[in-house]
Amino acid sequence: MTFLPKPKLHHPKLPTNTVGLTRRDYEGAISTLCAGCGHDSISAAIIQACFNLAIPPHRIAKLSGIGCSSKTPTYFLGAAHGFNSVHGRMPSVLTGAYLANRDLIYLGVSGDGDSASIGFGQFAHSMRRGVNMTYIVENNGVYGLTKGQFSATSDKGSVAKKGAVNADQPIDLAAIAVQLGATFVARSFSGDKEQLVPLIEAALTHQGAAFIDVLSPCVAFNNHAGSTKSYDFIREHNDALNKLDIMVNRDAITVSYAPGEVTDVMQHDGSVLRLRKLHEGHDPTDRASAMHHIMERKAAGEIVTGLIYVDPEPTALHESLGTVAAPLNALGDSELCPGVDALAKVNASLR
Amino acid sequence: MPQPLIATNDFVVKFANVNGSGSASANGLFAKSILRMGVPIASRNIFPSNIQGLPTWFEVRVSEAGHMGRRGGVDMMVAMNPQTWDRDIAEIEAGGYLFYDSTRPMPKSKFRDDITIIGCPLTEITNAAYSDPRQRQLFKNIVYLGALSALLDMEVEAVQHCIAAQFKGKEKLVPANYAALEMGRSWAQANLQCPIGLTLKRADKVGDRIFVEGNAAAGLGAVYGGATVCAWYPITPSTSLAEAFEKYCTRLRKDPETGEKRYAIVQAEDELASIGMVIGAAWNGARAFTATSGPGISLMQEFLGLAYFAEIPAVLFDVQRAGPSTGMPTRTQQSDLLSAAYASHGDTKHVMLLPEDPSECFTFGADAFDLADRLQTPIFVMLDLDIGMNDWLCEPFAWDPNRRMDRGKVLDAAGLDAAQNFGRYQDIDGDGIPYRTWPGTHPEKGAFFTRGTSRDRQARYTEEGAPYVDNMQRLLRKFETAKSVVPRPIMRAAKEKARDGVIYYGSTSAAMKEALSALEAEGVHLDALRIRAFPFHQDVADFIAAHDRVFVVEQNRDAQLRTLLMNEESIDPAKMIAVLHYDGTPITARFIQAAIADRASAANVLPFRKATP
Ligand SMILES: Cc1ncc(C[n+]2csc(CCOP(=O)(O)OP(=O)(O)O)c2C)c(N)n1
Ligand code: SF4
Ligand SMILES: [Mg+2]
Repeated sequence: MTFLPKPKLHHPKLPTNTVGLTRRDYEGAISTLCAGCGHDSISAAIIQACFNLAIPPHRIAKLSGIGCSSKTPTYFLGAAHGFNSVHGRMPSVLTGAYLANRDLIYLGVSGDGDSASIGFGQFAHSMRRGVNMTYIVENNGVYGLTKGQFSATSDKGSVAKKGAVNADQPIDLAAIAVQLGATFVARSFSGDKEQLVPLIEAALTHQGAAFIDVLSPCVAFNNHAGSTKSYDFIREHNDALNKLDIMVNRDAITVSYAPGEVTDVMQHDGSVLRLRKLHEGHDPTDRASAMHHIMERKAAGEIVTGLIYVDPEPTALHESLGTVAAPLNALGDSELCPGVDALAKVNASLR
Repeated sequence: MPQPLIATNDFVVKFANVNGSGSASANGLFAKSILRMGVPIASRNIFPSNIQGLPTWFEVRVSEAGHMGRRGGVDMMVAMNPQTWDRDIAEIEAGGYLFYDSTRPMPKSKFRDDITIIGCPLTEITNAAYSDPRQRQLFKNIVYLGALSALLDMEVEAVQHCIAAQFKGKEKLVPANYAALEMGRSWAQANLQCPIGLTLKRADKVGDRIFVEGNAAAGLGAVYGGATVCAWYPITPSTSLAEAFEKYCTRLRKDPETGEKRYAIVQAEDELASIGMVIGAAWNGARAFTATSGPGISLMQEFLGLAYFAEIPAVLFDVQRAGPSTGMPTRTQQSDLLSAAYASHGDTKHVMLLPEDPSECFTFGADAFDLADRLQTPIFVMLDLDIGMNDWLCEPFAWDPNRRMDRGKVLDAAGLDAAQNFGRYQDIDGDGIPYRTWPGTHPEKGAFFTRGTSRDRQARYTEEGAPYVDNMQRLLRKFETAKSVVPRPIMRAAKEKARDGVIYYGSTSAAMKEALSALEAEGVHLDALRIRAFPFHQDVADFIAAHDRVFVVEQNRDAQLRTLLMNEESIDPAKMIAVLHYDGTPITARFIQAAIADRASAANVLPFRKATP
């Protein structure tokens, strides 16, 4: 099969964003995933979020591992460079890319197999290092691309399409991201665009390690009765923590709220996360209590979604390394090569 | 008792110590003091994979003639480790010398009667002079240095100079060390026959050469080569390479005004992550490298295939050691050649550079980044523990002030505007090397999706056979191009017309040069070719074709370079004679000489005289 890029026929009346682009300018090639796959909805949400934020697409680098989920970067942001790396290793490739050029926006897309099994280590270390990125796991509880084996996020007792029952404890990537020091952690559902789009926007503006666990049903292998990652199951158990509006560059605030109803979190880049709280006892700026809250709700059988934790003043890897403000890949000979006089001194010190 | 050995500026001294006893710095002072006298030395550490308590050895070859390889044999043993006493004594050449701590009497059976035995009550001397146990231990090393300086007729000023240099910044410590030195020296002068038959004499043979380890040289090479991203995971014997990069960057690569770093070093969680970061950074336009050893290369296999097919300019320094992980991690070998050359799955081949000494580690360390960018493929710089972790006396580092980084075929925004129909994998120039763009270059043009092989010339996804084959053929063309841009082999013609040749590479070089002269003195004449890179330059095939037989000298069991030569150049195995040294110690001139002389005589092809012992 050869896939040609989708022809770009712009309707003259398509709305444009502040950089003069239409939503279509954020699209990619036509998806080859199964009709109804949750992953396609996430691609659509990414497109919407980037359009809303008016990010020039070529200023984003999109990276992924291997899996149906990891194929999706081909299907959005066609004008951005993409890298489909190896299974479970997107985090290291993304880290390296970020080291090379701190000025781009890094979007990592992975699956639950990619991040919770083979790539669990890399997932963990990229979080604790504070790589400035948006890391999305498209979580369907199975290995889609290899046809339906359980993944490490499958719930204990979840039933596979062919009848097998999962006996192992699930890994909750969002909870682990909180524990590992990610500075933005959210969970959402591919079927809830209203919740997902602002979360992606907030993650993209966050200047640190931002992680979103997006439940994303696999219609081919994990959407049956007995699965805990099916559309029906997630809809029934979805328990939203909050509602998020994101205001970039102090957008006009259109809706007014009663006092106490909203919390505003100002991020380092000036964007404001306006949260309408739906849960008592959840403070998204307190790591320990956020952790406690999701564990508690999980014990009650609920899947909490929304913004779980945010540190509005994160320290990203380049800051902790103390690198120059200019992208490393833009430095030239005069900045990088110490020259012959310095070398003569080194030689002298070795005699 | 044979005649005691008599030699000036040409002998081997070996120190047998216990790891962690502080001997390394005294031994280093001994080596540097001789250099200070203008006499070349070659020194080697033999150390265990342990921090404290196990045996270590330090061998100093004094060679006014400038032989930098190991000779083989020991003329004087400084036996400071009771644990290894028996084997250390056994190693001394007949007529050689033993220096030991005679504080406690030893039974006569513990000695040999064909060597000169020199006892010095080091413990007694230091116990009398110091009360603190740590001081007693540390100064014992300086005391034996003092005694040796008298026995070998070293210039005391040279030793003092080196002590002062060592404690630069901690001048307070200098007088105490001078005193300990004098303690040993005067005791020897008063109580021993000084000098012995082995003596040092000021010469002028060191010149402007420098004394440095290969890892430091390669790390500095990476600084000069413009590397900005280093991702690594600690593993002996490569660790000091990444550390040297950091040390030199701290000195040479900070913004002079802000103090900010023009480099990023990440100690990754493992070697998979190291190479992943290097690939990501190189994809995004930074010069990036990792430093590792065989076990790390094994872990990187999958990623190396991706880097090959995705055409990523990554640089890897492989400081080779004896494998596997639980093998002899602190011993030297050249045993990663095949696993690097053909690393990964699918049809892959990789470029390797094979430096012979620290000086070339610096040059190749910098060149690797130009080659990687030029060829858009991983480049392996193959050091080994012998080059990497020993100080070598070598040519000073050289740099052309007019040199600029060759970033290869990268299109910037203007280039993209000028280009017609950019396609990432098109072979516009016929050399197999396509044009690439970095992320973020142009709002509309030049973006592409990087993946393995399922792509066409425009980088569009395809799983069809014809574009796959087309791409694989282009990669072969690129590998052909590599042959003419990697460092050429260096030929050393025999003095007389030779029917046989010898091929060697890397750290074998020093011992090989000496062996060639020795063989020549025996009437065995060989043309020699030092291979400096893979893929092989046309010169290599020509050299083999021009000789009846070719010895291939290497430091591994399976004759890996020979395999590579046979495989890549379709050479008849019968013509290629393997000379292999792989016990974990660096190869010696004597070993090569004997191995080649043996075979040369057995085949009765060359005039041959037996070597006089
Ligand atoms: C090293 C390696 N092992 C195994 C595979 C096979 N493989 C491809 S995708 C996949 C699982 C993907 O699962 P997930 O990340 O959950 O993605 P999904 O398809 O469910 O979106 C596996 C095991 C591979 N590509 N590489
Ligand atoms: S197999 Fe599952 S995950 Fe893969 S495309 Fe189909 S529905 Fe989506
Ligand atoms: Mg999955």
